Amino acid sequence: MALTPVTPQTPGFTAAASAAVGAFFGLFIGTAQGSGLLGILIGAGLLAVLAFVFKTIVKQEKPARLAMLLGFGAVGFALGGVPGLVVGALLGWFFGWYIFFVGESRYRQTLAPYLTPGQVLWHYTFRVICGAIFVFLITPILVVLPLSFNAEDFFTFTPEMLQFKAEGYSLKHYRDFLTSSDWQNSLKNSVLIAPMATILSVSFGTLAAIGLSSEHVPFRRAIMAILISPMIVPLIISAAGMYFFYSRIGLQGTYLGVVLAHAALGIPFVIITVTATLVGFDRSLTRAAANMGADPVTTFFKVQMPLILPGVISGGLFAFITSFDEVVVVLFVGSAGQKTLPWQMFTGLREQISPTILAVATILVVISIMLLTTVEMLRRRSERLRGMSPQ
Amino acid sequence: MSDTTDTGPVLAADGTPLKRSLARALRMQKLRALMLIAPLLLFVLLTFILPIVDMLFRSVENQIVSDTLPKTVAELQEWDANSGELPSEAVFAALAADMKIAVEEKTHTRLGSRLNYEKTGLSSLFRKSGRKVKRWDLAEDAPFKEKFIDIDKDWGDIEVWRTLQTYSPKLTNGYFLNSVDMQKGVDGPEARPENQQIYMTLFGRTLFMSLVITTSCILLGYPVAWILANLPSRTANLLMILVLLPFWTSLLVRTSAWKVMLQQQGVINDVLVWLGLVGDDARLVMINNQFGTIVAMTHILLPFMILPMYSVMQTIAPTYLRAAKSLGATNWTAFWRVYFPQSVPGIGAGSILVFILAIGYYITPEIVGGTKGVFISNRIAYHISSSLNWGLAAALGTILLAVVLILYWAYDKIVGIDNVKLR
Repeated sequence: MALTPVTPQTPGFTAAASAAVGAFFGLFIGTAQGSGLLGILIGAGLLAVLAFVFKTIVKQEKPARLAMLLGFGAVGFALGGVPGLVVGALLGWFFGWYIFFVGESRYRQTLAPYLTPGQVLWHYTFRVICGAIFVFLITPILVVLPLSFNAEDFFTFTPEMLQFKAEGYSLKHYRDFLTSSDWQNSLKNSVLIAPMATILSVSFGTLAAIGLSSEHVPFRRAIMAILISPMIVPLIISAAGMYFFYSRIGLQGTYLGVVLAHAALGIPFVIITVTATLVGFDRSLTRAAANMGADPVTTFFKVQMPLILPGVISGGLFAFITSFDEVVVVLFVGSAGQKTLPWQMFTGLREQISPTILAVATILVVISIMLLTTVEMLRRRSERLRGMSPQ
Repeated sequence: MSDTTDTGPVLAADGTPLKRSLARALRMQKLRALMLIAPLLLFVLLTFILPIVDMLFRSVENQIVSDTLPKTVAELQEWDANSGELPSEAVFAALAADMKIAVEEKTHTRLGSRLNYEKTGLSSLFRKSGRKVKRWDLAEDAPFKEKFIDIDKDWGDIEVWRTLQTYSPKLTNGYFLNSVDMQKGVDGPEARPENQQIYMTLFGRTLFMSLVITTSCILLGYPVAWILANLPSRTANLLMILVLLPFWTSLLVRTSAWKVMLQQQGVINDVLVWLGLVGDDARLVMINNQFGTIVAMTHILLPFMILPMYSVMQTIAPTYLRAAKSLGATNWTAFWRVYFPQSVPGIGAGSILVFILAIGYYITPEIVGGTKGVFISNRIAYHISSSLNWGLAAALGTILLAVVLILYWAYDKIVGIDNVKLR
């Protein structure tokens, strides 16, 4: 990966670059301890000295980095107990890595040789910005997971949790979820509604997607616009329309009504994923099958279906998660008898806010991760089959 | 070999001219495709499009007045609202007759609450009059004019009769006027009193906040899409999981996470207090206001911005940037004149998608928006489930739908619905 031959930096440069990072972290630790300015000075000074020492006296990388990790960990433990140990060790590891990353000019190695120092600096600044945005994307989920094991009924980290004491953690919110009849009922309703809605939207959707992807379809654009519209029309409008209309024909507050509504909402996802899969489908295969005497139904199940199955399954998973997560429409179209898991969470968030919600949220995150993994694997498989991706 | 066979039409195997035979095959193919699409199309039309059309009708429908008081409405046609005089005895007699039937069918209270949306006090007026009229005898108790005014002097108020007359047609634009802060006056539409004007503010706020959310999504999404498109594919695929995971996580999970994070006793405030950036007594109010809604919704909609941007940026060859630089462009010029214009389609696709999704949002503003951060959707939901003014809810919904459909049309023109990808 080395693009550019590099020479190690001077001790002075390494010390200055390390001092800047030290000042940054020193500011936070300093303000937490009472004085920001002092923190900056101590942080900058400490890191500059360490960097200088590593560059000039101790030149072996491994022992130096291990010493950083242990030393900062020990200081952290002395200052703030177990949480201090973790923070200290992390900082020590990072500083150790950073000093050698800069000191040995490793940062320059992987970049094109013609870049100016300013461009190199921007390259790394940009990465830090992107990293911050990724953290923004993922933090809410990371915060929910540990909080769901809270032993107290609080929505924030208790001191016991931060000190990693066993009594700070418990499974009581999960126990709540498993024993409360409200939650169990809503789980049962969700499990009854989502698969039915998925089956409806997948079976209708796959047929239609096959029809849509043939060469000559009149009004293709208009039909497509109608079929995709449930995804585009604001949920509250769909919910309002369905509420008025379904109460007229007696479907409001029934299981069937909710299933139909959810199936309609899931259809766009099935259409989009299946038509995308069909783009790479070789039509001569069906002609060959017909040529050898297979009737259209046999052709469909023996030739076409196995090839587009990954797309159909991911469409189905999309439809499933749409129904499983949906709350607005079920809120209006359903009645108390169709209370689903998201509905129960919604009431929980609005009224009696209890941390059981976080336990449920964690379970849902785990389900999403499983679905996401499946969909990604299917997508890669179908791309590989079609030779679109080299991996 | 005669000339006729050479110049005659080419024949298919079964003897029909090839041209016709091909046309028939094409027709069959079209028919087959339509047959495959038909069940789904029918399903969507019945379960989704029809309810929405029904809602559109409800926003102008006003049959209740003429259904409940048919005779009165007919008699009231003659009356001139600007004359300054009360309607004639004939109208009052018709009203008595209509009320008598309405009370038996118990529809007069519903009419009362319908008219109450237009003029407060009419609900109680109808309920009160209903109780009295029940005991009247139509043949003997005439004349009714004095009697009605005896029940409640509101029946002697010209405004009440004017409202009744204004809302007697079977179709009304009253709900739409109401949803743009206007009302039906004596001489056509007029503005509502200032203290009753809420919907234009709400529409304005919905649009403004959606714009802010779209802009912050562009600002946060652009760098991420760029780095995903330019990293080696193995790393990019790993980082992609960080984008897709929130996308697949339940909306309520993410909303509750933001509620937990932004609360005054929440994680962010705790961290800020621990760092000493904020005093313990001056914790930031970040929830139940516009800030909370914007942060949470930016987070929720960010993947919808990143994915289209990413798929466009993937197609931009990195060599263009290098070529620009080698020709002497500065970093900024190379980006702004070469790279950015090529990435605009991605920004457009993402922005329209995010904006469409944002203006119709309901759940997140409801939970983290408080009163200042709610959208028009929350008002629609309020009118459906709490105030039961369904006509107004339908009218507000129709306006929102119109905005969304225009954007949807634009999206189709610019991006093409076929190109919507879920990655």
